Amino acid sequence: MRRAAKTRSAFTRRALLIGTAQGAIFGAIATRLYNLQVSQHSKYAMLAEQNSISERLVAPERGLITDRFGTILAGNQQHWRALFMHALAPDPEMVLENFYKLVDLPDDEKQRIAQDLASRPGYIPVLLKDYLDWPDMAAIEVNTPNLPGVVVEVGASRIYPLGPVSAHAVGYVARPNQKEAQGDTVLSLPGMRVGRTGAEAAQDQALRGAPGFVQTETNVHGEVVREVAHDAGTPGQTVTLGLDAGLQALAVQSLADNAGAVVMLDANTGEIIAMASSPAFDPGLFDKGVPNAVWTGWMTDPKHPLQNKATAGLFAPGSTFKPTVALAAMKAGLLSADTILTCPGFFKLGDHIFWCDNHVAHGSITVTTALQVSCDVFFYQVALMTGIDRMAAMAGQLGLGIDLGADLPNVSPGLVPTLAWAKSKGIHWAQGSTVVQGIGQGYTQLTPLALATMIARVASGNAVGPHITRRIGGVLQNGADPDDWPDLDIDDRHLAVIRQGLFEVVNTPQGTAYAARLTIPNVQMAGKTGTAQVHNNTAAEKQKNFNDMTMAWENRPNALFVGFAPYDNPRYAVAVVVEHGNFGAQTAAPIAQAMMTYALTHDPAGRDAPLTLPAQSTTPALPVNST
Amino acid sequence: MILESSLPPRRPFRDRSFGLVRKLLRVNWLFMLCVCLLAAVGYTALYSAAGGSPQPYANSQLWRFLTGLVMMLGIAMVDIRAIEKLSWPSYLLGVLLLLAVMKFGHMGLGAKRWMTVGGVEIQPSELMKLFLAMAIGSYFKRATPEQTGNLIFVLPAVAAILLPVGLILKEPNLGTAVITGCIGCAVMLGAGVRWWWFAIVIAIIAVAAPVLYHHLHDYQKARIDTFLNPGADPLGAGYNIIQSKIALGSGGFFGQGYLHGTQNQLNFLPEKQTDFVFTIIAEEFGFLGSVAVLALLFSIVALALYTAVTCQHTYGRLVALGIGTNFFLYCFVNLSMVMGLIPVGGVPLPLISYGGSALTAVMLGFGVLMSIHVHRDVEFAAMDDF
Repeated sequence: MRRAAKTRSAFTRRALLIGTAQGAIFGAIATRLYNLQVSQHSKYAMLAEQNSISERLVAPERGLITDRFGTILAGNQQHWRALFMHALAPDPEMVLENFYKLVDLPDDEKQRIAQDLASRPGYIPVLLKDYLDWPDMAAIEVNTPNLPGVVVEVGASRIYPLGPVSAHAVGYVARPNQKEAQGDTVLSLPGMRVGRTGAEAAQDQALRGAPGFVQTETNVHGEVVREVAHDAGTPGQTVTLGLDAGLQALAVQSLADNAGAVVMLDANTGEIIAMASSPAFDPGLFDKGVPNAVWTGWMTDPKHPLQNKATAGLFAPGSTFKPTVALAAMKAGLLSADTILTCPGFFKLGDHIFWCDNHVAHGSITVTTALQVSCDVFFYQVALMTGIDRMAAMAGQLGLGIDLGADLPNVSPGLVPTLAWAKSKGIHWAQGSTVVQGIGQGYTQLTPLALATMIARVASGNAVGPHITRRIGGVLQNGADPDDWPDLDIDDRHLAVIRQGLFEVVNTPQGTAYAARLTIPNVQMAGKTGTAQVHNNTAAEKQKNFNDMTMAWENRPNALFVGFAPYDNPRYAVAVVVEHGNFGAQTAAPIAQAMMTYALTHDPAGRDAPLTLPAQSTTPALPVNST
Repeated sequence: MILESSLPPRRPFRDRSFGLVRKLLRVNWLFMLCVCLLAAVGYTALYSAAGGSPQPYANSQLWRFLTGLVMMLGIAMVDIRAIEKLSWPSYLLGVLLLLAVMKFGHMGLGAKRWMTVGGVEIQPSELMKLFLAMAIGSYFKRATPEQTGNLIFVLPAVAAILLPVGLILKEPNLGTAVITGCIGCAVMLGAGVRWWWFAIVIAIIAVAAPVLYHHLHDYQKARIDTFLNPGADPLGAGYNIIQSKIALGSGGFFGQGYLHGTQNQLNFLPEKQTDFVFTIIAEEFGFLGSVAVLALLFSIVALALYTAVTCQHTYGRLVALGIGTNFFLYCFVNLSMVMGLIPVGGVPLPLISYGGSALTAVMLGFGVLMSIHVHRDVEFAAMDDF
């Protein structure tokens, strides 16, 4: 027992010692607390006031759009803009009032800001003013204490270095509208743009990217003390188009002041190498907002600058439809290379007389000659033999009047009439309608893009589809290789006959486009001219014929040309439409000639690096993939 | 038989045929009051941490506490001699759980500490601290001064401490490993092991520290580095320490007022409802409030020591000392961390921080402590009884 008592008292001593130590440590902690909380209170109180970390999302940089060789068609340029992080402002109304005193804003902008403020969560800042100039920036910076929550940040605006040259193909961007912004948090970020037309619209998702964030430390007054973390987000992917900037510029230049369109395709893949619509507009204006005067100008222009005539312009194909008619007849077994039909200069159906061009009698001719001299009477007869539905079926096979699945917005399929269509529209189909269908007049309406596809299919024998995107983020897209496209499923012998006819159009003195033959040695273009009436001429007008330049501009016929080259190994297909350009041979064919000459000299098809580098280039030559 | 033939001068507790009511009356109700007051402080702080709402922290923590309270009273009614018989089996269970958590446990904050048993999240290292105190207490319960002065006799106890400490280090959880080691040492110190042996061990550790530091995990090194120089990387690892100090300092003497602490309400500290819960009290109730909480915490430590000192049997004394030390170390590590005195270590403030596993372990320990208090004068059978 004594021993136990001894042990116990030893324990008590040690326990009390431990307890004292613990008490001392608690005392030390209390002292430290006193030091922190009372002695150093003012220091930490100040730090606490400065302390607040807020996060906001920032718009990712939109991806670039380049031509096939990397020339930038749509890029980004930095500018300054004022944002409002309303969550940080004790009194947002006051801040806005102060801001409006410094920076003048139109009333509709003020209305938009009020709307944005009401509808957006705190981490999405509201755009106050884009494109700040120096006086505005200085005013904002100087008045920071009165503007809690207002931040000036660098943003990117969309620029189009080639301006109107690539306007329709590349398209343009604009601020998302209220409805779009409400459906998508990312789109509601200031600086976000949505593609409205062209490749900008077609590849909008790839170009957008993912948003980043900025963490800023702000004090209780909403003033930013410093930036804590910055994540730029994922920029949008670079979209490489099949366009060749040089050809694109040439196309626009050749169209000059005319209204019209030029489409050039890689004949073997359908890749759009040039696509111009004239007149064009400056796509950069949409990013900042189009001035009213400019907008009104566009809207009242009879040449419709905003319309992409290459994809949405509908034109009667005229004689460029003849190859389709001939192929339909050959497929039906009604026409062969040796079939001879007679043209006395007119064709009589019942009481009605259909004249041949210029009332000329071509005599007894074969299909190649009929194409060469563009004999109308020959094709009146062929059309009547073949029938409207077979012609429409062949047209569809060649890409006319159908949805081509192009990676561009607002592509019109056009119209090639069938009996069923006529019935559904309540149109009584007269035989005369079938007759004029043989020369591409009547109800038929096609886009230049469809015509280019037709001639590319005739040239290559591949069922190619037009497409503009070559690479996304460097990855070659499906369709860039000729093997990606199925066979056209038209008898090669038939195609050969048609190609022969088209060859003679351009390369024989009797051919309608002989003046537009290529001057480069050993390479020939094949093609077809077209002159499509847009106006029912009166008898008096007919006396003076089309060529009368005194006819009102809008009544003159449209000039068309479709062609491909080289004849023996097709690489390029082109379609040219010049609105009210009178004769295809006169205005459209020379444009095709210039385009083909450039294309065959520089040969961009299938390449990602130019065949020849600019002569004046001072930088070392890039390695060229030569095969 | 022996007991009947030679009655000791003081009748053993069991033979007084105490009923449940008598036992309940013997519970240290002052201690219970302190525990409940601390839980109330916790509820208040968690309510504020949620921005003035009982969801999601305060109410669920209250339910856990009430469950723990019932469990604590239940254990307090169990005879301490029965609990003593469970000392080594529970130690073994603790070691097995530590091994299991290494194999099957899930990762949390870069370490394998938690595992789920029957839907309840447990952290074996928390339980191990109690089981270790019980095992070491049981080992020394009849040790004579000669034995405690004999190194050969003490070595098995040292081994029994080092095994779980090593396993916890492997998790890795440096903070809990050090606390576990300290608890073992405190029990041995109470048992009468020579104090200068501890001095030697401490000296050795002090010399070996740089070498040990070399073998620490990167995150542990980072914590120590951060602690030594928090300003170097204010938005990385040092961020918590700086923000925590700002919260304490901005509280001032009277505090910023309940639910008005800017640091707390503006969500500046991550996970403030767990490890940094003290900053809420300090910021909103100031120095006055934090000292009051300190006083309550120390009352628990002091009352545990009181139970230890008044206990008639060695086992109870040693285990009570271990449990009290555990609670003290929790408070010390957590508060020092919050004030930037020692490296941040994932140790909650007991009874106040949000979280289930630490609370359950602490309440379990308090149950044993109350059982010791209730059964403070029972007679442990002599050696030859076994």
